[in-house]
Amino acid sequence: MAEVKLRKIIKRYDEVEAVRGIDLDIADHEFVVLVGPSGCGKSTTLRMIAGLEDISGGEILIGGDVVNDVPPKDRDIAMVFQNYALYPHMTVFQNMSFGLRLKRYPKAEIKKRVDEAARILDIKELLDRKPKALSGGQRQRVAMGRAIVRNPKVFLFDEPLSNLDAKLRVQMRTEIKKVHQQVRTTTVYVTHDQVEAMTLADRVVVMNNGIIEQVGTPQELYHSPKTRFVAGFIGSPAMNFIPCRMEANGDSLSVRLNDGLVFPVPAERVARYRGHTQNGKLLLGLRPEHITEAHAHLAPGEIPFEARLEVTEPMGMETLVYFPLNGTQVCGRVNPNAGARDGAPLRLAADLNNMHLIDEASGRVI
Amino acid sequence: MTDAALTAPKKHAANPRYGSMSRDRTWALRWSYFFLILFAIFFLLPPIYMLITSLKTSAEISAARNPWWVFNPTLENYRELLTSPQYLGYFRNSAIVSVVVVVITMLISVPAAFALSRMKFWGSSTLATGVFLTYLIPETLLFLPLFKMFALFNEWTGIQLINRWWVLLILYPTLTVPFCTWIMIGYFASIPKELDEAALIDGAGWMQTLTKIFIPVALPGLIAATIFAFTVSWAQFLYPLAFTTSTEQLVLPVGIITSLIKGDVFNWGQIMTGALLGAAPPLIIYAFLMDYYISGLTAGATKG
Repeated sequence: MAEVKLRKIIKRYDEVEAVRGIDLDIADHEFVVLVGPSGCGKSTTLRMIAGLEDISGGEILIGGDVVNDVPPKDRDIAMVFQNYALYPHMTVFQNMSFGLRLKRYPKAEIKKRVDEAARILDIKELLDRKPKALSGGQRQRVAMGRAIVRNPKVFLFDEPLSNLDAKLRVQMRTEIKKVHQQVRTTTVYVTHDQVEAMTLADRVVVMNNGIIEQVGTPQELYHSPKTRFVAGFIGSPAMNFIPCRMEANGDSLSVRLNDGLVFPVPAERVARYRGHTQNGKLLLGLRPEHITEAHAHLAPGEIPFEARLEVTEPMGMETLVYFPLNGTQVCGRVNPNAGARDGAPLRLAADLNNMHLIDEASGRVI
Repeated sequence: MTDAALTAPKKHAANPRYGSMSRDRTWALRWSYFFLILFAIFFLLPPIYMLITSLKTSAEISAARNPWWVFNPTLENYRELLTSPQYLGYFRNSAIVSVVVVVITMLISVPAAFALSRMKFWGSSTLATGVFLTYLIPETLLFLPLFKMFALFNEWTGIQLINRWWVLLILYPTLTVPFCTWIMIGYFASIPKELDEAALIDGAGWMQTLTKIFIPVALPGLIAATIFAFTVSWAQFLYPLAFTTSTEQLVLPVGIITSLIKGDVFNWGQIMTGALLGAAPPLIIYAFLMDYYISGLTAGATKG
């Protein structure tokens, strides 16, 4: 097992720069998830770590060694692909043992390792089957088994759950987490699904447009996003961004959304936002769970306001409500018994203790 | 009035203006059968005629009686050919040439197709198109320059290439390699690239990826290419006619024509028997490998 370091990694395809000089340190045993929208460069980065793509610039180190010119087979990595990439003419046992057989491991050792991986993944009874006789979930387990038996320095996962249905995806997510807890191999996992990223990762790397927007634990990214992109990408439904202005009233500050709606800024945030009263391009960032029905007794920082709901989406344990505010559609999360109905008014409360203020011009969270 | 209004829609329902799916399908099937039977008759009549004629004596063939019926069936033509050292020699030459050409073709076109479809290098796609373009040049254009080249080669080295059956081992691959490479490029292209990437990560080199992954996975395509190479070699007429002349150097298609047609005397019974026996090996191979052949061709055609 080993740490992985990326130093100013660049990938160019002719004129297009897919990855634009990223730096990343992945610690030994760590589970890091690269997440971002399509075309953000996350898969390209993973493939460069694997050795499947040439590196246009920068250095990749695995276990302290620069591997830029090392072929994939000598990097001591294992990769799980989105479409499983199982060898269709081989049985599950042969698929899992292929790498070991190529390296001429003794038969007894091969059998021991395959049996152990099969036990971990609960696929012992499938060892004699061919891939076509397996379900999607079983195939993905075999693909993981093929990686585990190699006992590599690094596991690389390239959107491994994207081909599975929603229910199986949740189940396999847990399986992957369990496997990592058992084998503790350094893992780099690529996905476009932020829920997958949040649930699996020790640290999440949010990528956009070929650069890293932010690296942090799931909690850090959720509660302290550094950019508008990260704030909007992490969390479902996404964070609301409402155009606003910051107004000073003596020692206090308030957020003015429009002529009729002014929210006082909690005292502990005043110092942070004071320098932005002249900025005319500000966005108030509020997650849907911080816009709820107004209770009789409001906590400090919770500001009530009236909204006319356009659409309500009952989800069972909560109801999502959508209403227009300052030219944007805003989403809130209310109790199913709060009386939210399509077209009806509802008294809501915005929790400004969890507000984010974003400079629209730079896209940075203030 | 009311009755008419009520009954009119019913009448419509009973006789819909547009044909239903099943009616369309029935007619499509009828036409399909009609044309299939027509084509089957058209293409099966010559071999049936060959079979009937092969069972006749020369006297019966030349007698002006019903050519589609055997009045005195005999296996004499078969006995004569199968005991003739000359005919067996042609057969042996054809068999050796075809089998060796298949082996040479596969040894060249499979690695070539793998390299052109998978190992992306500068000019690989142009080269792939170039390989196919060589197939489009007809052999009728090629045999004269080839003849000239062999003559020059003889002048320079003193090695005679004309009138040697083994020179066909050099000539036939010029026909089989481009097409087989093209089929295999199409087939290899249909294999997901993650499969060779997985093999590379598992520790396989390019050669191991080819032999342990690609060839087993692309077996139907490989069989299709093999059948094609065998059929082309077995049935090739122009090159052996141009490049071989002595009886002991001839292959079957040319041998039958040159030894069984003497001047203006056509030994039809034996010509038909020889041709029928000559058609047997490809027929047997097709019969056994038909399913593989079809799946191989379609995969190459749709995904290449």
